[in-house]
Amino acid sequence: MQANHSSSRILLPVRPWFIFFTMIAALVLNFLPTSHWPGVPDWVALVLCFWSVREFRRVGMGWAFVLGLLMDVADGSVLGQHCFAYVLLAYLTASLSRRILWFPLLQQALQVLPLLLLCQAVQLAMRLLVGGDFPGWSYFIGPLIATLLWIPATFILLLPQYRPLEQDPNRPI
Amino acid sequence: MAGIDHAPPPFFKQGPAPLALLTFYIAISVALFVVDLRMHSLDLVRQSISLLVDPVQRVAQTPGSLVDYAGNYLRGIQTLDAENKELKHAKLTTAPDLQRLAQMESENERLRKLLSVKEREKAQGQVAQILYTARDPFSRRVIVDKGQQSGIVGGQPAIDEAGVVGQVTRVFPFSAEITLITDKDQAVPVQIVRSGQRSVVFGLGNGQLELRYMPANADVQVGDVLVTSGLDSVYLPGFPVARVVNIERDSAYSFARIFCAPIAGVENFGELMVLNPREALPPAPPESKSRSGDGGNDKGLRPKNKRPSKAN
Repeated sequence: MQANHSSSRILLPVRPWFIFFTMIAALVLNFLPTSHWPGVPDWVALVLCFWSVREFRRVGMGWAFVLGLLMDVADGSVLGQHCFAYVLLAYLTASLSRRILWFPLLQQALQVLPLLLLCQAVQLAMRLLVGGDFPGWSYFIGPLIATLLWIPATFILLLPQYRPLEQDPNRPI
Repeated sequence: MAGIDHAPPPFFKQGPAPLALLTFYIAISVALFVVDLRMHSLDLVRQSISLLVDPVQRVAQTPGSLVDYAGNYLRGIQTLDAENKELKHAKLTTAPDLQRLAQMESENERLRKLLSVKEREKAQGQVAQILYTARDPFSRRVIVDKGQQSGIVGGQPAIDEAGVVGQVTRVFPFSAEITLITDKDQAVPVQIVRSGQRSVVFGLGNGQLELRYMPANADVQVGDVLVTSGLDSVYLPGFPVARVVNIERDSAYSFARIFCAPIAGVENFGELMVLNPREALPPAPPESKSRSGDGGNDKGLRPKNKRPSKAN
């Protein structure tokens, strides 16, 4: 949607159903049994972060809150824990989105890392505050992996928005 | 294109200010957090959302369980044969005890009647399959496939073939959440088999349990088996819970640090038995006024898990 200084292509407008679909897909990825493995990122946080950087007018804190509620119930964690973290993430990414998009992808990933780490740290702080069990430092590997996944995620999530490189006047877009 | 409207064009419509929205949602989140944690009054909300989430979760678990199934299927007839033999052998070794158990139970019942002691409750329950472990990394819980529809209620104890596994803490329409005894601060009232001493064992959160509030010179040895004492209205007496693995006696502290390992395969997947809730115990005699002042010490010893919905 927003062209940055290095973009060579103009993107098509995003389709709302695609955003919805990717959110559901992220939820399913989070529900997979693999989420117990150390270092598996919080897919919902990653996708939410991506869309609220790209489309902060469409995907805002309301989405973050609902996704957080779903994650809380699915996780069996205390209600409000994911809500808090995701809403904070959505707010920060939306307010930083113009700045983040200005950078090339690798530096975008570096800017996203502290936000994802904060999202995780907030949850840790909330649970430790009320007497939870410290899950170990591997809890923070997830955001690091998610940062590495920022570049492939950008490619995949923007895929439906790319125009074909060779324009064919006889074909509708 | 109905001409010039009085309202500004939607291009400038941005809704409430982001900071206001943030404050609003954060306030709701914190309120939810506190209410859910301290008052346990959001179970209806949780249950209704779980109706939405549960099907998706089960679908997401299918690939894993299919792989398991295929693995079991392909494991070959030899391993199954060996396992079968082993089970038959185990059955035979327990047969003498089992055969006499029925007779001994009836005899026990008769003797108790003669002594006019209340009869022992019989343990009955239903078998449930563990679906998956809860994703929450801060606690130790599993989800089983029986819920409100099967008559599960909060607080029911769960055992496997070796001993106590945990306790039902949340019930959903088609599933239930069992908090394992190794969850942090999950308490089980126990009795040491060798000495008959009663205490409470707490989960540590790292897969171990700790026997707290035992004096430094208490008669506990490594290898002692702890069974449920039945002093709460949750667990029936006599189920194995844990075995003492390590004791640290430090004279600087008034209590010994006693670490135990669970006897049941607490962190394993598989089937477990959810026992029916116990009959209500007779009400405790009223505390005398003079003792109520020093009740502070007793409070720590009192089993916390009488209230089924311990939240973290």
